[in-house]
Amino acid sequence: MSTTTLSHDEAHHHDAPKGWRRWLFSTNHKDIGTLYLLFALTMLFLGGASAMLIRMELFMPGIQLVDPDLYNNLVTNHALIMIFGAVMPAAAGLANWMIPMMIGAPDMALPRMNNLSFWILPAAATMLILSFVVPFFPGGGTQINTGWTLYPPLSVQVGMSMDFLIFAIHLLGISSVLASINIIVTLLNMRAPGMALMKMPMFCWTWLVTAFLLILVVPVLAGGVTMLLFDRHFGTSFFDAAGGGDPVLFQHLFWFFGHPEVYILLLPSIGVLSHVIPAFSRKPLFGYNSMVGSMLAVATIGMVVWAHHQYTIGMSMGAVTYFMIGTIIISIPVGLMIFNFIATMWRGSMTFETPMLFAIAIVLMFTFGGLSGVMLAVVPADMQYHDSMFVVAHFHYVLMPGAVFGLFAGVFYWLPKWTGHMYDERLGKIFFWTNVIGFNITFFPQHFLGLAGMPRRIIDYNVMFTEFNVISSVGAIIFGLSHLLLLYIVIKTIRGGKKAESRSWEGAKGLEWELDSPPAFHTWTVAPQVK
Amino acid sequence: MQAGDTQRKNRRTTLLLGGMVVLMFGFGFALVPLYNLFCQVTGTQSIALRAEMGRIPMTSTEVDEARLITVKFDTTVNPNLPWEFEAAKASMQVHPGQMYEVNFVANNRSSATVTGQAIPSVAPWQATPYFSKLECFCFNRQTLEGHEQTDMPLRFMVSPDLPAEIHSLTLSYSFMRLKAGQEPESPTAIPPAIVTAQ
Repeated sequence: MSTTTLSHDEAHHHDAPKGWRRWLFSTNHKDIGTLYLLFALTMLFLGGASAMLIRMELFMPGIQLVDPDLYNNLVTNHALIMIFGAVMPAAAGLANWMIPMMIGAPDMALPRMNNLSFWILPAAATMLILSFVVPFFPGGGTQINTGWTLYPPLSVQVGMSMDFLIFAIHLLGISSVLASINIIVTLLNMRAPGMALMKMPMFCWTWLVTAFLLILVVPVLAGGVTMLLFDRHFGTSFFDAAGGGDPVLFQHLFWFFGHPEVYILLLPSIGVLSHVIPAFSRKPLFGYNSMVGSMLAVATIGMVVWAHHQYTIGMSMGAVTYFMIGTIIISIPVGLMIFNFIATMWRGSMTFETPMLFAIAIVLMFTFGGLSGVMLAVVPADMQYHDSMFVVAHFHYVLMPGAVFGLFAGVFYWLPKWTGHMYDERLGKIFFWTNVIGFNITFFPQHFLGLAGMPRRIIDYNVMFTEFNVISSVGAIIFGLSHLLLLYIVIKTIRGGKKAESRSWEGAKGLEWELDSPPAFHTWTVAPQVK
Repeated sequence: MQAGDTQRKNRRTTLLLGGMVVLMFGFGFALVPLYNLFCQVTGTQSIALRAEMGRIPMTSTEVDEARLITVKFDTTVNPNLPWEFEAAKASMQVHPGQMYEVNFVANNRSSATVTGQAIPSVAPWQATPYFSKLECFCFNRQTLEGHEQTDMPLRFMVSPDLPAEIHSLTLSYSFMRLKAGQEPESPTAIPPAIVTAQ
């Protein structure tokens, strides 16, 4: 490869290389973005399949399909695959595709590192799947029955599958840290002349903050699971009380990562919303500056409130009060973002294409999830809700709308740009309605289950919880199957459809819409001048 | 063009961010001592601190017949100790100020002589200073011959000063193995403090 971007362009034809080399050796941000998105789509179905098994098992009280350890392993896998396999790579895929096009850069700043950070992912996914497969073989040890939080002492006692998982987490962490470094460097150094930081599109801002969060917290998780590995094999006692350690320390390390991780999943979708809502309201985003400010506030406060996941460990009253107040304070900047979105829609000439439908669903349902989050932040109430299905309902209401619907909105919004074809709007709307209705039928009853006392992560339940579980499982079937329609729409759009104009949506603003649909293999080789 | 310039800038930013990653990885490990320090300063539970809390003297010693407190017993055996260890009863109703006795049964399932040490803790932690162990097997290391079974008595009293909002408390024991020649950390320092408080 050449040494400067100038000769880089001269040394290459503007056509894409052919065959498998195009993908394996790719340094092109668009191709790597596509790879990320396809990987995420695959993982979405894998994680979805484990969720389907969980819901089928919970359809009736009693133990039907799987045994308890396998059930808990499915719960573990569902979380890890969805978070690390589906949502984070999908957000990274959007970032790869859109950030260079949005800021007028020819490519990401570090194209080869970009290639590396994607191709670590399939290896990590293989390790993750192996951790699930290994216990089925003789001598494979026990299943990972800890849930995704991997708390010791249980995680120290699990068989060798835990080692596969620990290394999978290391690989996933390396991948996302490399991607984050790349994104920050691109955003800081590669912006078109005239594009000041405070003129940067919101999606870029959200990713800048997300990437910094990733760099700050993922290494701490890596350190935590490394200590776990040492406790398991090298006789240390970081988390073993018999050797002077403390299992609660792992919880702190985990949630120091785990809570900011929530914002890592959320923020890219907030970025997508900040493009979709103005485009279909035909108004500029309301309160750009306050949006950037509240995002920074969320990220900063979000770093120091992690222990609200651990109220029940017996912290001192002072510590618990601090974490409670800190957590509740976060709802102020988050509320500001929501109000900004509503104000953007206010008196706009709104139309309701699929991305906009998802955006509105997010504003409604994410707010709902946020409110049950405030309930959980209150210590005396949380003592009651802790580890109940209410928590499950809460975080699915935040993460499905907050993260996944945002990604869906982004995919539908930019699909015409990527493929050059408009997707089938009718099918898109059918997908939206089945998806959203299925989602609500699945997770709304779980609030009631939790308040009535049904614990999470347990395969069996009292017969008094049967009705709501049946409703929830039926909803899950609708919800799960609806994603096949998404797959069909995406394939259909890639293969053909109405030709998309370069400005695919009437109200769409930004540099990416100045380019052809689909864009040339290399774009913005001459940087645009931003006024 | 300033392409080479951008590349130099990119390299510098990358190194800076890489340094941040290394620092945060180190910070993860630095949290281990920081965590212990934090617990000491803020009074989150630790064995040393519980010993301190045991020094709060009782103001009254009269038996409060009107009040009944449920005391639950919880036992855990660390996996490195080949013992069975259980309370003779799961819970008791007690009057504050009165002395009670309860037996714990320990059984060495291995054929070797093994020494262990029980570590007590009380939940809710706010009740810790009001729970006095007058005689406890946890004051000393316990040695069991191979396959030996023994009763371990505990004599305790709940202080009448126990805050009114506490109606039940759990006394939990974790039994740990002591290696030959290893001294237990501080639990043996607790009992004299509590006894002098009487």
